[in-house]
Amino acid sequence: MSVEEKDKQSEAQDTVNPAKANQQAEMEMIPETSPWKDTLKQLRKNRFALAGLTIVIIFILIGIFAPLITSYGYDDQVVANRLQPPSGEHWLGTDDVGRDIFTRIAYGARISLQVGFFAVVGALVFGTILGIIAGYFGRWIDMLISRLFDILLAFPSILLAIAIVAIIGASLQNALIAIAVINVPIFGRLVRSKVISLREEEFIMAAKAQGMKNGRIILHHILPNSLAPIIVQATLGFGTAILDAAALGFLGLGAQPPTPEWGEMLASSRDFIQLAPWTLIAPGLCIMLVVLGFNLIGDGLRDALDPKMKH
Amino acid sequence: MFAYTMRRLLMLIPVLIGMTLITFSIVHLIPGNPAQVILGETATETAIQDLEQSMGLNEPYPVQYGLYITDLLQGDLGTSLRSKAEISVEILPKLAATFELTFFAMLFAVVIGVNAGIISAWKQNSWFDFLAMFFALLGVSMPIFWLALMEQWVFAQEFGWLPAYGREDSRDPITPITHFYVLDSLIHLDFPRAIQTLKHLVLPSIALGTIPMAIIARMTRSSMLEVMNSDYIRTVRAKGSGQFLVIYKHALKNAIIPVLTVIGLQTGVLLGGAILTETIFSWPGIGRYVYDAITYRDYPVIQSGILVIAFLFVIINLIVDLLYSYIDPRIKY
Repeated sequence: MSVEEKDKQSEAQDTVNPAKANQQAEMEMIPETSPWKDTLKQLRKNRFALAGLTIVIIFILIGIFAPLITSYGYDDQVVANRLQPPSGEHWLGTDDVGRDIFTRIAYGARISLQVGFFAVVGALVFGTILGIIAGYFGRWIDMLISRLFDILLAFPSILLAIAIVAIIGASLQNALIAIAVINVPIFGRLVRSKVISLREEEFIMAAKAQGMKNGRIILHHILPNSLAPIIVQATLGFGTAILDAAALGFLGLGAQPPTPEWGEMLASSRDFIQLAPWTLIAPGLCIMLVVLGFNLIGDGLRDALDPKMKH
Repeated sequence: MFAYTMRRLLMLIPVLIGMTLITFSIVHLIPGNPAQVILGETATETAIQDLEQSMGLNEPYPVQYGLYITDLLQGDLGTSLRSKAEISVEILPKLAATFELTFFAMLFAVVIGVNAGIISAWKQNSWFDFLAMFFALLGVSMPIFWLALMEQWVFAQEFGWLPAYGREDSRDPITPITHFYVLDSLIHLDFPRAIQTLKHLVLPSIALGTIPMAIIARMTRSSMLEVMNSDYIRTVRAKGSGQFLVIYKHALKNAIIPVLTVIGLQTGVLLGGAILTETIFSWPGIGRYVYDAITYRDYPVIQSGILVIAFLFVIINLIVDLLYSYIDPRIKY
């Protein structure tokens, strides 16, 4: 390397922006720390969040390995065995047409977790895109998108879901779409307000001054900095999506029989509550446990990501 | 304040238009021929044509929407296909039933939620705090329709303490005046009936009120904790005021503001939750009205029922917003 080149290099180093230099200095002082690692560390110390994570993982495993942990099919009807109380053969008893409830719960875990996942991902993607467009570009497009959110939020959420299903028809898939739609404005508003506060930050102005294109600014600066609230909302939203799906299933507007969806199971066993309470206790408890799991993780994440919220 | 109120009212216009567009779609955007869907597979050709004629289904969409809005502005919510009655008339007693239930659910939620939150903050990290917050966490994770079923099983069927269905003893119906049955019984000076009506309210109110109770308890606790750490509370303490006075007189005043917002918003949410609760308890309110309409594919009722609930929801949220800026003038929009 010639002397000239070396000079150039040191010159380049001198002109790196001070913020970056500061950051480098900080990185040297506290080795191997990033906001995400910090969050993980805090989360690992939070016993409630860990309990939530454990619950959720157990249900995920039950869902994945459903065919392995039970020898029955979810729609195997043995009428001679109807309404049997829990026993060694049928861990959670049988329902009114002699189906093994544990088996239906296990397959139901697949359905509930899938509905929760796809509804949240759908809402997250559309909500984030709309929120960024509204917040970043402002003006008439913000006006338009914000009014759209207002309208969607003008309905109590489960009611809007019912309205949507009333239009497009009752099925598990349509219930999923409806739940995704009612969650879009929740993510959208969250992202929009975050983007608006970010837009005025110096590092965004600097990026603009450097001549960075909008798409690049959004992908490299706006999005990574908006992630924290999105993640918290997604975790909490997972729980409410599962609750809403069960509610729609219970009303006969979601999964249709004989799908072993937890809400649908409650609806079809309603009449047997006195005769065979176990047909209702297990599905309801499972809904509550899964939702509780996601709420615990969500609360833990919020505490870890947003220290101001902590009490 | 006036400018804010006006701006807030103006913002309602696009929301109301959007709302009517969505409820309009419920009937008019059903895939296939709406008249056919409404009347079912076995409908004759002439019946379908008659219905299309009477509902204006042959007009282009903008004209149909125009007709829909004109009717709404005149207070015409359409006619139920099932009962052939005017929905705007039929819906009133059902609204009263829902309001009565919502009121008692909210009463339960506020009394228990606010006090549990205060005591939790007061005795932070005590066993009470731990237990209360654990139940609050269970409460927000609870499928209320399941809670309702469990209540019916335990308290109505196993122990027989409380009635599981309806608003009143069906063998001895009340003569309604206001359609708020507790109020009606009191007007009749019929106290045993008032107690009977209240008994019917217990289980559905608890089911409906559990989620708001849990949310209110958590909100009150965190809001109280924030206020309790502030300087002015330290001053009050230094002055020598007793703990009870510090909490209920000085701290609560400031801590309650965010809680009030939550209470208001949750009241609106209850209107949505009413569909589930009313269905399970056969409560003849607007939620059950809509649910039955869905079962019978009574589309005009679905449409108007949803519109009415959403309208009330918007109005409640408006009141909450206005109240909030009135109570706490520091809030500027």
